[in-house]
Amino acid sequence: MDLFEHQAKELFAKYGVAVPRGKVAWSPSEAEAAAAEIGGTVVVKAQVQIGGRGKAGGIQLAKDPAEARQQAERILGMDIRGHTVRRVLVEQASEIAAEYYVAILHDRASKGFLAMASAEGGVEIEQVAEENPEAIVKVLVNPLVGLRSYHVNQLVFGAGFDERARKGAAQLLARLYEVFVAADCMLVEVNPLVLTTDGQVIALDGKVSLDDSALERHPDLEELRDTFAVDPQEQAAKEKGLNYIKLDGYVGIIGNGAGLVMSTLDVVAQAGGKAANFLDIGGGASAETMAAGLEVILSDPKVRSVLVNIFGGITRGDLVAQGILDALDRLGDKVKVPLVVRLDGTNAEEGRALLAGSPSDKVVPAATMLDAARKAVELAGAGADTKAGA
Amino acid sequence: MAILVDAGTRLVVQGLTGREGRFHALRNRDYGTNVVAGVTPGKAGQDVEGIPVFNTVASAVAETGANTSLIFVPARFAVDALYEAADAGIGVVVLITENIPVLDMTRAYNYIKAKGVALVGPNCPGVISPGKANVGIIPGEITHAGPVGLVSRSGTLTYQVMYEMAAAGVGQTTCVGIGGDPVVGSSFIDVLGRFQDDPETEAVVMIGEIGGDEEERAARFISERMDKPVVAYIAGFEAPPGKRMGHAGAIISGSSGTAQAKAEALEAAGVRVGRNPTEAAELAVAAVKDG
Repeated sequence: MDLFEHQAKELFAKYGVAVPRGKVAWSPSEAEAAAAEIGGTVVVKAQVQIGGRGKAGGIQLAKDPAEARQQAERILGMDIRGHTVRRVLVEQASEIAAEYYVAILHDRASKGFLAMASAEGGVEIEQVAEENPEAIVKVLVNPLVGLRSYHVNQLVFGAGFDERARKGAAQLLARLYEVFVAADCMLVEVNPLVLTTDGQVIALDGKVSLDDSALERHPDLEELRDTFAVDPQEQAAKEKGLNYIKLDGYVGIIGNGAGLVMSTLDVVAQAGGKAANFLDIGGGASAETMAAGLEVILSDPKVRSVLVNIFGGITRGDLVAQGILDALDRLGDKVKVPLVVRLDGTNAEEGRALLAGSPSDKVVPAATMLDAARKAVELAGAGADTKAGA
Repeated sequence: MAILVDAGTRLVVQGLTGREGRFHALRNRDYGTNVVAGVTPGKAGQDVEGIPVFNTVASAVAETGANTSLIFVPARFAVDALYEAADAGIGVVVLITENIPVLDMTRAYNYIKAKGVALVGPNCPGVISPGKANVGIIPGEITHAGPVGLVSRSGTLTYQVMYEMAAAGVGQTTCVGIGGDPVVGSSFIDVLGRFQDDPETEAVVMIGEIGGDEEERAARFISERMDKPVVAYIAGFEAPPGKRMGHAGAIISGSSGTAQAKAEALEAAGVRVGRNPTEAAELAVAAVKDG
């Protein structure tokens, strides 16, 4: 789960990471009030979880509250690379002497922490990595040792931070590490970390990505989740605890195991179709989960056929089959599209027998995954023709 | 031969008395795995269909000579279970539990690595050496012993490929589901190295997916360190960027982590990459039948 900049900065501030004075605003009048409270020149910053907002015009200076209001009016509602701006951060403007980059993240390769610093802040770090990789200093940190002052020295001296910035940057890195550990972050990133003309070192931007598996022990952070812009199927799936992602095709997909579902999307594409969604009902999926998943998929009007691809490990084939039958029962006449079902693995034979006994004419068995993909794509095409003819 | 688990495996199941633990431990035993003990604190003296239960892993090891552990306990207790197994002298740990915080896992990994413990998982389906031992939740009846090693980040895709290979009459030395989390105990290269050293493994099939750079690093390892043929499949060509596709590790960020980039890296290392699980299984079968 990714935090918005203002949420990241609130989290930073809690751990003593220096950030500019600022306040989130959901409307132009809130932005005006925030600017008045902060005083002086402020920056009005679009809050979206995507890069490139500066170039898109989502970051503007305002010299007084009235101008802050005008800027907020322009920015709120703006579309930045597919993300709608619903809130802005109104923040004290900083006089910048130098811009840096620092980050701490989990490193898959070394299975430890990776701390990074660069004197080339303010631009996308991916760009620096590509054009000038030696400008980024990387330090591996054993998680049993933690970030120590010698690591920090390697970072700030190695990256060539200005002498005036070193002490402040070192302190900020130590506190950023506290945030990283205490909040179970996958990533904390400050870009830019700035040295102001009056010698302060502050986090001018903040990016925090939280570990979803650890959210249970951070109920305060779980509450920060963005509740906007969720489409109706994604919302319904979330309420049912399903792992669902909406895509833009017309073949509904349901399967067990993330890899198998990803692969199902691929074979549907290879068969000439387009998947309407990703839905993994997971290990140990019961009849209820299956029924809930089918309900979500069938509520998407774009879906013209559904491919159920199950290989039983923990998930038992008979339970899955029962789930399909329950869902058909529950949904009754609402089931207007064919369900191509491919079932293998643990208790698959029992499952197939259950499905064969179903009175519904919507269930189409398939012998293999590729066969199932072909059938689902074909039936989706047939469904479209019928609609066009009707 | 096989890797990680075999006829010499003496298995202790942590969480044996739980619903899933019991179901799969008994399946593993039915398969022929030597399940010698279970551990559930406070239930020592009981048994699960003849498998004795102990309060601690240390006592299970002392009484039964267990050398391998299968962990089925809930996420909140799973890391403790891992430390306990390592401290009790267990050499191979298979950790099935999902949703373990990455921070906890990273710390535990660095601790157990220093003790020389081989960990498979978390969030994985386990390890099977067909005909010898099955440790985890892989349905053993869909495959048989043979000359191909299989390593995969995905559970159900593993079954899919095993199943299709079995249909062509080719089995495996060992199948290892390494798990889909960002931090796993055994990565592709750890398992590829074991297959390279296993005299009975003639070829390897590797099943990857989007996210991270594990497959790219495996490609380098294969070109530098392996002389056995390796074939592969990568899931997620159709995955949109920025979305977490089920597995915590399966997310495309920017242009890195895409299935396309991974497939290209592997092909550059001389690995034949199938477009779907069926093709990958066919390539694996061809690798041992032609050779």
